[in-house]
Amino acid sequence: MYFLEAKDVVKQFANHRALNHVSIRVPEGKIFGLLGPNGAGKTTLIRIINRITAPDSGVVYFNGRESRPEDIYQIGYLPEERGLYKKMKVGEQAIYLAQLKGLSYMVARERLMRWFDKFDIMPWWNKKLEELSKGMQQKVQFIITVIHEPALLIFDEPFSGFDPINAEILKKEILELKQAGHTIIFSTHNMASVEEICDEIALINRSEVVLSGNVSEVRERFKTNNYTLHLRNSLTDMPAYCHILSEKERDGIHEIRLHKEETFTNSALISDLAKQNEILSFVEEIPSMNDIFIKVVSDSNSQQS
Amino acid sequence: MSKIGLIIKREYLHRVSKKSFIILTLLMPLMMVALVFVPLWLSSIKGSDVRQIAIIDTTGKYAPLFEDVDNYRFIQSDKSLEEYRNSPDKELYAILQITDDLLTNPRAATLYSEKQVPNELSRIVNQTIRAQIEDDKLATFNIPNLKEIIQESKVSFNVQTIKWGEDGKEQISSAAVASVVGIIFTMIVYMFVLMYGAMVMSSVVEEKTNRIVELMVSSVRPFDLMMGKIIGIGFVGLTQILMWGILSVALFTIGGFFYAGSLGTDMATLQQGMQAAQGMGAAAEMQPGAELFAMLSTINFREIGLFFVIFFIGGYMMYASIFAAIGSSVDNADDTSQFMAPITILLVFALYAGIYSMENPDGPLAFWCSMIPFTSPIVMMVRIPFGIPLWEKLLSVVLLYGSFIGAIWLSAKIYRVGILMYGKKPSFKEMIKWLKFK
Repeated sequence: MYFLEAKDVVKQFANHRALNHVSIRVPEGKIFGLLGPNGAGKTTLIRIINRITAPDSGVVYFNGRESRPEDIYQIGYLPEERGLYKKMKVGEQAIYLAQLKGLSYMVARERLMRWFDKFDIMPWWNKKLEELSKGMQQKVQFIITVIHEPALLIFDEPFSGFDPINAEILKKEILELKQAGHTIIFSTHNMASVEEICDEIALINRSEVVLSGNVSEVRERFKTNNYTLHLRNSLTDMPAYCHILSEKERDGIHEIRLHKEETFTNSALISDLAKQNEILSFVEEIPSMNDIFIKVVSDSNSQQS
Repeated sequence: MSKIGLIIKREYLHRVSKKSFIILTLLMPLMMVALVFVPLWLSSIKGSDVRQIAIIDTTGKYAPLFEDVDNYRFIQSDKSLEEYRNSPDKELYAILQITDDLLTNPRAATLYSEKQVPNELSRIVNQTIRAQIEDDKLATFNIPNLKEIIQESKVSFNVQTIKWGEDGKEQISSAAVASVVGIIFTMIVYMFVLMYGAMVMSSVVEEKTNRIVELMVSSVRPFDLMMGKIIGIGFVGLTQILMWGILSVALFTIGGFFYAGSLGTDMATLQQGMQAAQGMGAAAEMQPGAELFAMLSTINFREIGLFFVIFFIGGYMMYASIFAAIGSSVDNADDTSQFMAPITILLVFALYAGIYSMENPDGPLAFWCSMIPFTSPIVMMVRIPFGIPLWEKLLSVVLLYGSFIGAIWLSAKIYRVGILMYGKKPSFKEMIKWLKFK
């Protein structure tokens, strides 16, 4: 079942079309990666989902029905451009923003205390925001995003500005939220993190969805049928459906890259090779999300221009 | 609590709990009162050192007339001026030499000193001698009781202006008093609209540059955010006015009590004046201070207060919404100036129109400027103390409130688009385009 669905969304600004018949489907309880280069229209789509702006045409379905104004209480949004009131005390500010998300004062306070304890920032409750380090401000912002326990979470570049340790903590929290049944939309340029945590993706380029689907499926789709092998001795009898791309030798170990025709399976290749060679390792080159991103974006750009 | 309520509460509490707000609110009335009373107090302090003035009076006629006052002591001296000049007496501050009858020879009196003679001293000397010369002069006419006759014939004249109330009751009125009251309220409206309007603008700019606005609009409607801010800051303004009003009245009353004695206005005359203002019977014999009170009491402060609040709210809402729209469409405070200029010119024009309306509160300038919503909150406050027909006031209020609702509607549309636009400074043309965005 899809928790959130955008169907045929069009958004036109004065001089350019930010979204051109964009459709995405976010399955419930999964992490959905919304990818694309800068200016592709991701933020506009996120704003439409958040009901900050209205689409010119197209519909957003929330939890199976058309999205309604009160759905924003069910969304937690961490914008790419972070910001809070600099002069306001951290605790006071967090309670205020939680109240705006529909929590009562008492509930907001109690939950915030728990989160502040968890993130070890309780001593800063009564400090002004501007006195906090950037990393701590990010933590506060994250807490504010999730405090009302929304069904849908939208993280726009959540790791920017975090040091590796805190990024790890954040990743753990995001995965925990997924475990707890939240649906998460995750917009980023960091393709390594997409491979690690996303289940599904949609790649938007120049206002259109150019690629979408399950992450491993997508990678499978883009595989090149290239293999890297390590053999004890040089490759002798080569099956007819293969050809060597490169070969080098180091310390008596031969590293060979080869390409096979798609119709033959990996098992066939292995058994054919194993007859005469000692196979030390056999790796199918599956393209990284990063490679796919670059390939798809540059392909679609060259098609259009 | 509703969202807009939450926003109003935050804006209000955040601002009134600021140190700068508390200090300004408390300090301003103190400074106002100090401005009035400190000079009074300073002038009442007498110099502590007593200065001696020697009088060399060869006629012997004038020297006995000088009486010692607080800080001047007059001594009759037998020495000559030359002796004093050759052997200066450090104790002496000045020497008054009179060599002849001053009636026949007015230049015969001279005041010598090593320092610049203070005005106070020369005034004492002049008054003392003048009184004697006048008496001498009158005596030369040889008319009995002449002095009393002249005293009798001295009159001071000031035409009384009387305003007929609607019930035909007569009241002393004064254009001057009405003008002063009007201009005070006008200045307050002008000052607060500009000050608090600019506060709305900088607060919008701040939210935008802080980037918190993106987070805010994901939980509240931009309209609620804008209105909450405008209303919250408006309440801060009303709080400040109210505090200043109460504190000023309290401080002036306290200050007045301390000075009541020394200024010679006792409370009985004031009360008499108040009563006289209603009846007008004893107006002729009233003391100047009491008369002022009588005139002030003809001004309907309850009505002015009511309209002040109405026009303040209308003017503030109107300009604050424009300021909010401006704030939303720029990226940082520096870029606001190109939009600020026309607004400021409009407000300054309104202030000048108000000042000129004082001369002719029923003239065409005053009338039209008190109808046009951009200037009416300021100009109307000048006219109301003069008393104008009810329909004019109501029409002006209706026009103002109608336009501020329109201004808010338009501003909200610009605001909604503007707060999420970053990067370039928009032109007026672009802002008009934003109005059409869905």
